[in-house]
Amino acid sequence: MNTLKRNILLIPGLAWIFIFLILPCILIISLSFFERGIYGGIVYNFNFENYSRVVEFTYLKILLNSSKIAFLSGFFAVLFGYPAAYFIYKAPAKYQIALLFLVILPFWSNYLIRTYAWMVLLNNQGLINTILINLNIIKEPLNILYTEFSVIIGLIYNYLPFVILSIYSSISKLDQNLIEASKDLGGSSIKTFFLVTLPLTLPGVAAGFIFVFVLSIGNFITPDLLGGGKFLMIGNLIYDQFLSARDWPFGASLSFVLIFIMLFLLFLQAIFVRKIS
Amino acid sequence: MNKFLNIICILLISTLPLKADIVVSNWDGYSAPDIMETFKEATGVNGEMAIHATNEEVMGKVTASGGKGYDVLFVSSPFAEALDKMGLLAEIDHAKIPNMKHFYKEAMNLDFDRGNQFQVPYAWGTTGLCYRSDLVSGTPSSWNDLLEPSDDIKGKVTMLSTDRWLLAAGLLSLGYSVNETDPSKLNEAKEKLILAKKNLLAYDDTVFYTKLVSGEAVMAHAWDGWCNYATWENPDVKFVVPSEGSDLWVDTMVIMKASSNKDEAHAFINYILDPAISTWTVENIMYKVPNVAAMEATSGMFEQFPNLGMSINELLKNETMKDVGSAAKLYAKTVSEILAD
Repeated sequence: MNTLKRNILLIPGLAWIFIFLILPCILIISLSFFERGIYGGIVYNFNFENYSRVVEFTYLKILLNSSKIAFLSGFFAVLFGYPAAYFIYKAPAKYQIALLFLVILPFWSNYLIRTYAWMVLLNNQGLINTILINLNIIKEPLNILYTEFSVIIGLIYNYLPFVILSIYSSISKLDQNLIEASKDLGGSSIKTFFLVTLPLTLPGVAAGFIFVFVLSIGNFITPDLLGGGKFLMIGNLIYDQFLSARDWPFGASLSFVLIFIMLFLLFLQAIFVRKIS
Repeated sequence: MNKFLNIICILLISTLPLKADIVVSNWDGYSAPDIMETFKEATGVNGEMAIHATNEEVMGKVTASGGKGYDVLFVSSPFAEALDKMGLLAEIDHAKIPNMKHFYKEAMNLDFDRGNQFQVPYAWGTTGLCYRSDLVSGTPSSWNDLLEPSDDIKGKVTMLSTDRWLLAAGLLSLGYSVNETDPSKLNEAKEKLILAKKNLLAYDDTVFYTKLVSGEAVMAHAWDGWCNYATWENPDVKFVVPSEGSDLWVDTMVIMKASSNKDEAHAFINYILDPAISTWTVENIMYKVPNVAAMEATSGMFEQFPNLGMSINELLKNETMKDVGSAAKLYAKTVSEILAD
């Protein structure tokens, strides 16, 4: 009886997931096997053409380039996030909450506005260039905005808090006795960090990295605004298929490929975490 | 608890749309913000205004629903043509739109729809180069000034990335039609546009005028009306139609065949064509309208915004942008290839 009651509590959640997650995914997958009509819409002619198109050079290049951008964003987010998380962990307990609060503070303002703020900072008439020119450090403004570099900056900036939080939670769960044992046995601080702390907090690092990678590879707003539309990422390509090329079946097959990549990475991460712990 | 549930229900219900007689979809900010209120005052018809960001977006919505859900749409002419070919549009009943008498005769005889059978023009114009005359040496006169910019303005030009207009710049620079469907010619245009990409600051379809005002960009591939937004803030911003010619675009109003209130839909279009309303459009949106009375009423603006005063002959000598039918797929693919390179 008790289990039955508990199961009833699950129904709203499960129904929500089924209607708004499972069902749309099934629709997307089934859509991807049809073709577009001359004026858009869907012609119900079952075929695999969309998938052979996904692996055409043009689209494969977009996929690879998106992966590269997502990888670099994830890599640097971890590189910057780890020391920050470690610093917060080492800070006196009474400041930790305040520091963590500062980390999530940017989420209080809108994603779009924060991205526009970067455009104001980076553009060739922008704050950074103006200051550098006035200090006589450079003569001509640097072209930072609308490059792959500025896209990566934007992605790191936006997802860094997730990395810090996931690494922080990993570090704070670390058994202090292990670190003391390492030091007792003569390990230097550096040795202890690389041989004990880092390996044991890798699950947090992996989770943070995968998080940034997955969110970055599907992002389309940042490449559009900070990349000036010059760098098409897979997210932009999907957006374009639905909102400008009117090729829903092709967009659906691209989405499916993207979902597959994400699931695969999350699966790898799960295996990795299980192996470590 | 009961009170709490009541409040929740009221909140939920408040998110549901009220039943309107007609639903109109237009680009954001493309008509007066209070147009539905003044329309109701004038005619008693309850209208609801929906917003779309692009032609493609509203096309996607109506093709998915088989044309249901909207009564009047504002779309560019190639899309009106496509909707007509799909059989989704109602025939325009001229008797119900007496304000069409204010039209230039040319606006009744556009080559994609002679006699305005399935659409009524709202605004029209062309595409060209919008530039800072104080920062660009000489007057640009060719599409190649945009695609192969001189050294001093490299990295300071923007282009439209909307598929038809992006390709049009390449096609026109090669002397081809803006409605070209020959794959080899489209390929030539593609190669040229890929080379041009190296010298671009960015692709920008929405806020290029702010980049011109700040000086971040000195030349933009632009629609005439949008260039006026920059001119309005900085008189050094000028607009020119390249010597190779350009496209004539017409933003139209169409009535859906599935509309159950076609009389009210006609009344709405008639209201939009009222000289006072059309004058508002020119004054605030700064686009040309095909309405003689409205253009005469706003002739005082022509000195500050010369492209508003462009003669009908000058405007109509540009090639009308038309639906390219099955080549649309090739257009989309070509644009993806340019953007991905």
